[in-house]
Amino acid sequence: MTDISQELIARVRQASHDGTALQIMGGGSKQFMGREPIGDPISLSEHKGIISYEPIELVLTARAGTSITEINSALAEHNQCLAFEPPTFDGQATLGGTLACHLSGPARPWSGSIRDHVLGIRLINGHAEELRFGGQVMKNVAGYDVSRMQAGAMGTLGIITEVSLKVMPKPAATVTIKQEMDAAKAIDTMNRLSGKSKPLTGACWFDNHLYLRLAGARSAVDSTVNQWQGAILEDTDTFWSMLREQQLDYFLDASSLWRFSVKSSAAHMLPEEDWLIDWGGSQRWLRGNFTVDKLEALAEAAGGQVSLYRGGNRSQEVFHTQSEALQKLHQRLKHAFDPNGVFNPNRLYSWM
Amino acid sequence: MNQSQRPDKAALVELFRDFIEPQYVINDEETQKPFECDGLSVYCDMPLITVLPKTVEQVCEVMRICYRYQIPVVARGAGTGLCAGAMPNPDGVLLVLSRFKHILDIDPLARSARLQPGVRNLAISEAARQYGLYYGPDPSSQIACSIGGNVAENSGGVHCLKYGLTTHNLLKVEMVTVEGDLITIGSEGLDSNGFDLMALITGSEGLLGVITEVTVKLLPSPEKAQVIMAAFDNVQTAGDAVGGVIAKGIIPAGLEMMDSPAIIAAEAFAHAGYPIDAQALLLCELDGSEAEVQEQIAEVEQLFIELGATTTRVSQSEAERALLWKGRKSAFPAVGRISPDYYCMDGTIPRSQLAHVLTEMQKLSDEYGLRVANVFHAGDGNLHPLILFDANVPGELERTEEFGSRILELCVKVGGCITGEHGVGVEKIRQMTIQFNDQELTQFHAIKHAFDPIGTLNPGKGIPVLKRCQEYRTLDRTQHNHDSQPQQGDLA
Repeated sequence: MTDISQELIARVRQASHDGTALQIMGGGSKQFMGREPIGDPISLSEHKGIISYEPIELVLTARAGTSITEINSALAEHNQCLAFEPPTFDGQATLGGTLACHLSGPARPWSGSIRDHVLGIRLINGHAEELRFGGQVMKNVAGYDVSRMQAGAMGTLGIITEVSLKVMPKPAATVTIKQEMDAAKAIDTMNRLSGKSKPLTGACWFDNHLYLRLAGARSAVDSTVNQWQGAILEDTDTFWSMLREQQLDYFLDASSLWRFSVKSSAAHMLPEEDWLIDWGGSQRWLRGNFTVDKLEALAEAAGGQVSLYRGGNRSQEVFHTQSEALQKLHQRLKHAFDPNGVFNPNRLYSWM
Repeated sequence: MNQSQRPDKAALVELFRDFIEPQYVINDEETQKPFECDGLSVYCDMPLITVLPKTVEQVCEVMRICYRYQIPVVARGAGTGLCAGAMPNPDGVLLVLSRFKHILDIDPLARSARLQPGVRNLAISEAARQYGLYYGPDPSSQIACSIGGNVAENSGGVHCLKYGLTTHNLLKVEMVTVEGDLITIGSEGLDSNGFDLMALITGSEGLLGVITEVTVKLLPSPEKAQVIMAAFDNVQTAGDAVGGVIAKGIIPAGLEMMDSPAIIAAEAFAHAGYPIDAQALLLCELDGSEAEVQEQIAEVEQLFIELGATTTRVSQSEAERALLWKGRKSAFPAVGRISPDYYCMDGTIPRSQLAHVLTEMQKLSDEYGLRVANVFHAGDGNLHPLILFDANVPGELERTEEFGSRILELCVKVGGCITGEHGVGVEKIRQMTIQFNDQELTQFHAIKHAFDPIGTLNPGKGIPVLKRCQEYRTLDRTQHNHDSQPQQGDLA
């Protein structure tokens, strides 16, 4: 439980003055993401601790370097959880890093992402000012939503030092059912079932099987299991946590792992290739070496985008190409927060 | 280009009529009169010209012309906003999007709807109903308000705690920039690479661009919904009961509270069967599958009784559910009947502070000699005090505004904020300095500048202008504005 924000501010002031780049690091669990990191490391791993947690308000505030594991434990004592199920990456993943990288687990389509649960942040901008946006209440429309804007910015807009989050009760019961089917059928099934008022909180296809997780009130879970049928998975938590942590065999030997974020009902692509489909069809993983242009065209036709999530050549662009107009807007916004280009330069795109 | 080349009003009208049907380019006072204010009619002004384009290309062309001559542009949807965010600029163009009222596509399998910005909020759910789907956010004005305005204001409603605000229910937005370029933000996937521009646009009150198309997520209609009404003989007990439901691990679809003056007014108006001697009334709606709702309704009713409810009532039919909600949903017009005017505030507070805030508010009510009725989105802490006043009594509006301002200060002091869902607009621009310091406001201006370097999009709204933000102002234009009226947003 330490607060090193004054040291962080001093480092930013110095870097801004000297024109040097800073590479923001939490637990270091997401070094593999984004383009190759450059700059002097500035660590937030000591800037940690839960500052406040009010179970009946459903709000938790913690310093950015607090591990997700620590937050999960504190919440579990009150039978609550982070509904967006972030990966813990062996206990190394931090709250700040999870927000900056916008990481959420299998429940994301139904429960929302970390971005959807953020209520407020503190952020050190390029002027070495620690600013406060949002707050600790559920509804707040004063000023621009700078807090949610950090999701996926890969730390390029500043150093997130503190995050307030909405937390949720843990579901009373969880059951997973497994059905054998091909990818095309699974995509259709996931989408059809997502349109029903049932306690679905996970829908994933791989290895020719569809996995459906039902979580909520016991009566609702049981009646849905009876209705939908399928083999009941013995150890339901292990499967979903291995999926969330990318510990399933599928992820382990991938030299290059591509992430498609597309329309959930988009038709199955490249059927001869090796896919894992999660988030009810919205997030699709593809292993192997491909040309970016080919995948970007496929993703766009499927209503979304593709990024090189892990492995491959990280000195090139790894995130989906931005249109010229959006590129200009990104550069202007980067300048608005970080005029001297101190924070994580080029981590998101080579031109920023 | 600079302002000296700016055409006069008549020439501008001709420029717009080159590509918009003449009757949709309005410049006479009488026809423009209905556009002089939004839902907060104490703030009004006449626009220079009002245009009602029909195509996105026409919107782009309007924006290009306004950019070229540095003319302020205020976008307007249905005009139901409650913060004067759509109040016209006397020196600018009012860009009305009410002709964009088509539902372009509903995709039942992917559960999304692609909409023109003028589509009414309720019309989305009505069109989706045949597929067993609906659109989540349901602001009180949902019968009239439009989705473009919902995005601009990040509208909420009574079901936010479980189903989120507008910002949680969007996939993609098409927006025309100040320069007149059409850009796409978001995608049909759940996230997009790069900055989350959707987060910035949502709730940006027309300061960053003009929204011309919106793709929203649709949710499966619950199999069943039931509401429990519970009456309490003091506000603190009712507030604790709300915490008790949450502590049980139940997230209601809606959880609303009213205080005694609101209960009495609503009951007189709606005859919902509210106990008029209660000090506080809770309405708690649970939805989901049949089995789940049945289980949770029993649990919550029992809990309310244990926690001191004097009366409880569970809706036994859809008609009864609608009736119980009718009182709450008509609370504003109901209060309107017992007072010549009322002023609706919109602070958010941590729920635990409710009793303290209501007590302090009563002291202020006595101090100002103005009555106040409270309706409260108790689940998410969004408080709507309605201050009762008479605008015909000299000085009473000013006293009301001062009272309101002190309520918002109180909200911030207890850890809340000045606006939960109505927005800042003109109305709360001075209170922005209670919630944000100069550095934070300067950061907001830098964001605004990234989207709108010449500062012509809805100027004077949302973010107060500070001395140190001079670099983000277009001085000649701002000073020109000052000739005609003091700029509300100017705190310099």
